[in-house]
Amino acid sequence: MSTTNTVVSIERLGVSFSTDAGAVKAVDDVTLSVERGEVLAIVGESGSGKTVTAKTILGLLPETATASGAVILSNKAGTGKHDIVSVSKRKLRDIRGADVAMVFQEPSTALNPVYTVGWQIIEGLRAHSEISKKDARAKAIDVLRRVGIPDPETRIDHYPHQFSGGQKQRIVIAMALVLDPGLIVADEPTTALDVTVQAEILDLLRRCRDEFDMGIVLITHNMGVVADLADRVAVMYQGKVVEQATAEQLFADPQDDYTKALLAAVPYVGTGTAKTAARAAARPEGWAEGTPVVEAKGLEIAYPGRFGRQGFRAVNGVDFVIRPGEVLGLVGESGSGKTTIGRAIAGLTKVTGGSLSVLGHEMNGIREREFRQVRSRIGFVFQDPASSFNPLLTIAECVAEPLVVHGRAQNAADARHRVDELLEAVQLPRAYGDRYPHELSGGQRQRASLARALALEPELLIADEPTSALDVSVQARVLELFDELQREFGFASLFISHDLAVVDLLADRIAVLYRGELVEEGTGAEVLGAPRDPYTQRLLASLPVPDPGAQAERREELRRLREAD
Amino acid sequence: MTTASIPAVPKRRLRDRLPVVHQLRQSVGLQRGMLVAGLVITALFVLTALLAPVISPYGFAQLRGPDGRFGAQQPPSAEHLLGTTSGGFDVLSRVLWGAQTALFVIIVAVVCSLFIGVLLGLVSGYFGGWFDRVLVVVCDAIYAFPSLLLAISLSIVISGGQSSLWGGILAAALSITVVFIPQYFRVIRAETVRIKAESYVESAKVLGAPHARIMFRHVLRNATRTLPLIFTLNASEAILTLAGLGFLGFGIEPTAAAEWGYDLNKAVADVTSGIWWTALFPGLAIVLAVLGITLVGESLNDLADPRLRGRRRVAQSAGEVAETSVVPGGTLVAGPGGLRGLEDEATFDEHGIEVER
Repeated sequence: MSTTNTVVSIERLGVSFSTDAGAVKAVDDVTLSVERGEVLAIVGESGSGKTVTAKTILGLLPETATASGAVILSNKAGTGKHDIVSVSKRKLRDIRGADVAMVFQEPSTALNPVYTVGWQIIEGLRAHSEISKKDARAKAIDVLRRVGIPDPETRIDHYPHQFSGGQKQRIVIAMALVLDPGLIVADEPTTALDVTVQAEILDLLRRCRDEFDMGIVLITHNMGVVADLADRVAVMYQGKVVEQATAEQLFADPQDDYTKALLAAVPYVGTGTAKTAARAAARPEGWAEGTPVVEAKGLEIAYPGRFGRQGFRAVNGVDFVIRPGEVLGLVGESGSGKTTIGRAIAGLTKVTGGSLSVLGHEMNGIREREFRQVRSRIGFVFQDPASSFNPLLTIAECVAEPLVVHGRAQNAADARHRVDELLEAVQLPRAYGDRYPHELSGGQRQRASLARALALEPELLIADEPTSALDVSVQARVLELFDELQREFGFASLFISHDLAVVDLLADRIAVLYRGELVEEGTGAEVLGAPRDPYTQRLLASLPVPDPGAQAERREELRRLREAD
Repeated sequence: MTTASIPAVPKRRLRDRLPVVHQLRQSVGLQRGMLVAGLVITALFVLTALLAPVISPYGFAQLRGPDGRFGAQQPPSAEHLLGTTSGGFDVLSRVLWGAQTALFVIIVAVVCSLFIGVLLGLVSGYFGGWFDRVLVVVCDAIYAFPSLLLAISLSIVISGGQSSLWGGILAAALSITVVFIPQYFRVIRAETVRIKAESYVESAKVLGAPHARIMFRHVLRNATRTLPLIFTLNASEAILTLAGLGFLGFGIEPTAAAEWGYDLNKAVADVTSGIWWTALFPGLAIVLAVLGITLVGESLNDLADPRLRGRRRVAQSAGEVAETSVVPGGTLVAGPGGLRGLEDEATFDEHGIEVER
């Protein structure tokens, strides 16, 4: 009985790639299986081989790869079996879509912008069966309705850009569902989505499993998503499966050291509360009345529109202050204007209305010449560690840039002593100064980025999603370091993030931004403990926690909130 | 956390970092064949140009030897291995000396257009605004002209009709320069506009670095990675333009320097009367020089793009598992080994591996 229910079984799979530096093994001796009506989550950090494993199931490996072992895929009825590793390309085309389908990470690029969504769904249907246009259209409307697209009869003729990001992901899932395959491979299906949308997509995937009786392979690095959706979890590390267990068992009692470390690194909401209280108590008298480092009053930032069209107002009437030595966490979804505020404080974006005072300088209408000397008192850490360093300069030269620009050193060699100190402050070995940025991992680069931002000992540090491109365990270390440095250097900081748990860990106060407006502001305990604004409540309830039991309760809470709307 | 036991990343050896040599070692199969063929032909061309005074039996403008005049349109013989032209010059000598003229013109033309085009593109792309608009429009206008026509009118303006060796070379080179400037301008401008939005440039701006520093230290060095490709492709186009000018009679006088296009022009009448040697050899020289340089350019172009680059297949389950970022120090041994400056490092996950990130 159990064998007929298995939709895919991977046996001793090994995948190697040929690269310029010789052969690289991405997957090593992996054995996994997925039953019908089961969600298997493959978790692991970048480079652990989880995506390569998933792509092998669909036979999507590039030409530079060679695979060994077997991937036995059964169709939904359990009547046919194929080994994907050895099957012909022609047969593979029949299998894809009909027996196994894929949901991609980025819904906006998975859909072709020049065709209607209906056309794209019907294309898959007609490629696999002799079906009349009318029947195919009826089927497409039906599947759109089942994935929760309202009014599918008219929406089927719309183009991808007419849908929101979450709806696009629903359509991608509809395309995967329409041929009723036995298995769906979802590669980071919610990573590109906001947390409130993520919760809806996870609900939909859960319904796919229950209503369509499918097996789902879920690739993710987010332990909260795993706790929310997975029945069984396989943890991958360096191309191997280090642990396989049911979700409850894995979170309650992890066996492997790596799994333990991974779980310990996941930030929880509520861990920062005690620390924040202690810091608040340690502030001197009259601190709150002192001159703030940054003060915004009715701040408005608009991007100019094209040819007479109205501009886009990214930030609308926002008030906040950052006092010396204080960390303000700015939380919001994509498009909420949080990055715009950070850039405006650093003088990268023009303020178009209201007042923004940075270190005593009014930013509304300031000239670059006047602001230049203020820049030495501001540090900035960028989101993407891959592109924030000039690839042709060594790390030491990059970190020395601010010192050279502001005349504290003649050239990079002259500043080397100070650079070494800075590198040690961010816990990088001195020898790393001679390396080029691409020779460092993402976490190391982000630490070097911190060193550069702190080179001039700024009074204000703006950190724009500094950890969102990093793996969980690396993120934990960078956040820890940020906290230590903040205590040591005592700079004020604007910490921008979309992750409530991360902000809670570091910030003294949290400001929640929604569509360019500040909806709630207060200490971590106030905002996260007892949110007043309905948006904050929904945001908090949408955040999946890495604990299957607690997550099931939160799901109920979120459903209640949604119904109340 | 990070410990001192991390092995230092070994410096890449010199032979792995030199352009061309690096690509040669990297290439396999047909791509390697193309590159090698191109390099051999180009090397031959350059050597001929440099050694022309030594290896050519006569001077390019020599009409008489110790035994008197060479005579016109003599067939190949022991004295004149490739025969003589209608003007009474030795064909072999003219072909060999022609290589020298071609090389000079290429160097002058490409260097001039490189400097002017890159500088204009950088400034224009970095500052934008009306200056940028005007330059883009002017460059588009230059594109609209047939390039040979433009080169002809310029060569008339510059040389004023008469030509010495260097006068002729400069006239030809500068007229080619004007045609090429828009190409460099466009490439560098597009790269600059792209790089301007990268966060390392923004980070330099946040630091308060002056514009000149940002432009030359951060933008320019990163914008030049496609230049070697345009450089080689332009070099072959320069030979063709020079030959075209010479053929139309706007090149260099035969007494000032040897020029393949001019010789071809003078050989037109010979072809119909069965005198093949005067046209064949200058023509072959043009074809070979262009072919060699184009082969080098095209294969460099393919090798710079990891998606076009051929690789040896690996044995099943070969290789070491790459370490992931969990390990302090990470691993970058498996990173793309492309020439720094010629290729982007982020192209790797095209292949489904994420070892870099």
